Amino acid sequence: MKKIILIMMASMLAMVAQAAGPSIPLDSHPGDVRDTNSLQRGLGLYMSYCMGCHGLEYARYNRVARDLGIPEDIFEEYLMFTDARIGDLMTIAMSAEDGRRWFGAPPPDLTLVNRVRGSDWLYTYLRGFYADEERPFGVNNAVFENVGMPHALLELQGLCAEPLVLQRDAKIDPLSGNWLIEPGCQEYLIEGSMTPVQFDRAVADMVNFLDYMGEPFQLERQRIGIFVLAFLFVFLFFTILLYREYWKDAH
Amino acid sequence: MSGTTKNGLMHWIDQRLPVTATLEKHVTKYYAPSNFNFWYIFGVLSMLVLVNQILSGIWLTMKYVPSADEAFRSVEYIMRDVEYGWLIRYMHSTGASAFFVVVYLHMFRAILYGSYQKPRELVWLIGMAIYLLLTAEAFLGYVLPWGQMSYWGAQVIINLFGAIPVIGDDLTTWIRGDFMVSGITLNRFFALHVIALPLLLVALVFLHIVALHEVGSNNPDGVDIKKHLDEQGKPLDSVPFHPNYTIGKDLMGIAVFLIVFCGVLFFAPEMGGYFLEHPNFEPANTLKTPEHIAPVWYVAGFYAILSSVPDKLGGVIAMGAAIAILFVLPWLDRSPVRSWRYKGWMSKTAIVLFAISFVILTYLGGVPQTPENIIVARACSVLYFLFFLLMPIYTKIEKTKPVPERVTHR
Repeated sequence: MKKIILIMMASMLAMVAQAAGPSIPLDSHPGDVRDTNSLQRGLGLYMSYCMGCHGLEYARYNRVARDLGIPEDIFEEYLMFTDARIGDLMTIAMSAEDGRRWFGAPPPDLTLVNRVRGSDWLYTYLRGFYADEERPFGVNNAVFENVGMPHALLELQGLCAEPLVLQRDAKIDPLSGNWLIEPGCQEYLIEGSMTPVQFDRAVADMVNFLDYMGEPFQLERQRIGIFVLAFLFVFLFFTILLYREYWKDAH
Repeated sequence: MSGTTKNGLMHWIDQRLPVTATLEKHVTKYYAPSNFNFWYIFGVLSMLVLVNQILSGIWLTMKYVPSADEAFRSVEYIMRDVEYGWLIRYMHSTGASAFFVVVYLHMFRAILYGSYQKPRELVWLIGMAIYLLLTAEAFLGYVLPWGQMSYWGAQVIINLFGAIPVIGDDLTTWIRGDFMVSGITLNRFFALHVIALPLLLVALVFLHIVALHEVGSNNPDGVDIKKHLDEQGKPLDSVPFHPNYTIGKDLMGIAVFLIVFCGVLFFAPEMGGYFLEHPNFEPANTLKTPEHIAPVWYVAGFYAILSSVPDKLGGVIAMGAAIAILFVLPWLDRSPVRSWRYKGWMSKTAIVLFAISFVILTYLGGVPQTPENIIVARACSVLYFLFFLLMPIYTKIEKTKPVPERVTHR
């Protein structure tokens, strides 16, 4: 009987291990939702470069301000570019219908994209734009081919002539320690204001921010979870004492 | 009786409502075999999860909006804006999967120890009805968040009814209330999910327990404890359900279960995409089919049987038969003994193969179909059915071991 249980458990583990993965190799996102500074930088970039098209309609400004430790007056002054009030949902003016007309599909909520495809995907995607004259906005994406989105971060990253080389595909010469194939963009058509290292970090911060936004209570959840489990283990101890008391004469 | 002097109020009530008598019959003087092992915890645990589902469901209903325009938004609102909304929602979504974990183990326990055999056929039949309702309830609830998998999952499942000859197409329209899955479908699914099926479920659970207490619980040895009674007419090999099982053992099982349950709830509520599927974080889009529509894990086994048959109607029949055959299990088992402990090697092998094939089918139902997967799924489907179809033969011809007179403790 114990064997059956073991077999069943082993099969369950195999199931979890084989959870469907993406088909494109992705760079892993180096983010940590505990890093408030990173979240604040990500928020700043997001409000400047993304919020024009990608609203965050399920979140409120003051919730973000509170979670990220930003005083509300500073948040209103430096991070809100519309006449919205601090207690409002972070919606945008563009309607889904306009989005469909202008880009082929309404710009999705990126926090949900992050939950559907994972932060590795988003991190690679946002760095994956390159020049392609055939596309309406002059850019294509290595991760999401023929995507309708323009290169919103062009002034930061610059414009790459070719699809960027993923970290996974980069090669180092084991003898000299030099790059054989360097990761990132090989040739820029337009220089950006950030170095590739700075830009990768900026995107990592932004994805980190979206990861937090997708489930704002995730840290709180884990914090409460520790107390709940601690209580349950104490509870279990007493139930074991009860068991021994009630069953000591039974057999 | 001493009740008058001891507790006047209780006596007054008992003369008008049989509170004490009912409690005695079902709790304090319900004598359960003394040799229950850990397999016997899953009945109690399914009650616990049922209560969890009802309570968390009531609170979700306070914030959820059942309309095609608002459903997805209201679920995200619960997750991000409502105080502790995330906790209530995760309790409900983790509870749904936990329900099937404990119910499957509960059913497997019955198969291991022959708990479905005479005189417990009705307990088994009512239990099967509960399982069917539970599956329907889970499916309806799965549609409510109105994400991509909700929508396309509903589409696929409802279309299964379209395989029925002649009336199929009209039937699917009747179920949907529309020519495609729409807000109308969502609204009626909501009504069924929060009122109709829970009422029925609770009623059936009540009957399940009344029927069980009428005939008494089986045990891992499958022996009849009522054969050996003491002077007061209470079985020798028994203990009162309360307090020996309630606080003596079940509480411990509940604590272990809650540790696992809360571990998932607080640290991996999506369970790697198995309890909450990633594509369901995308709002339902009637024009865009997801790349891979996979059934949720707890029905994936039956889905694998369905998809291993090349013909649509044949697949639906096979899936229906896979569930229907469970209902007649009490009449397929011809063994003179109940527990697999005393059955012959054929029964033991059959039960192990059955369990393995069901687990493999559950796995295969969730992964994309490849030619190799289909072959394995077919082999496992055949094994699944052979377990039942050959049961009248192997339980009859095999040599069983002698069953002890009294229960054993091991």
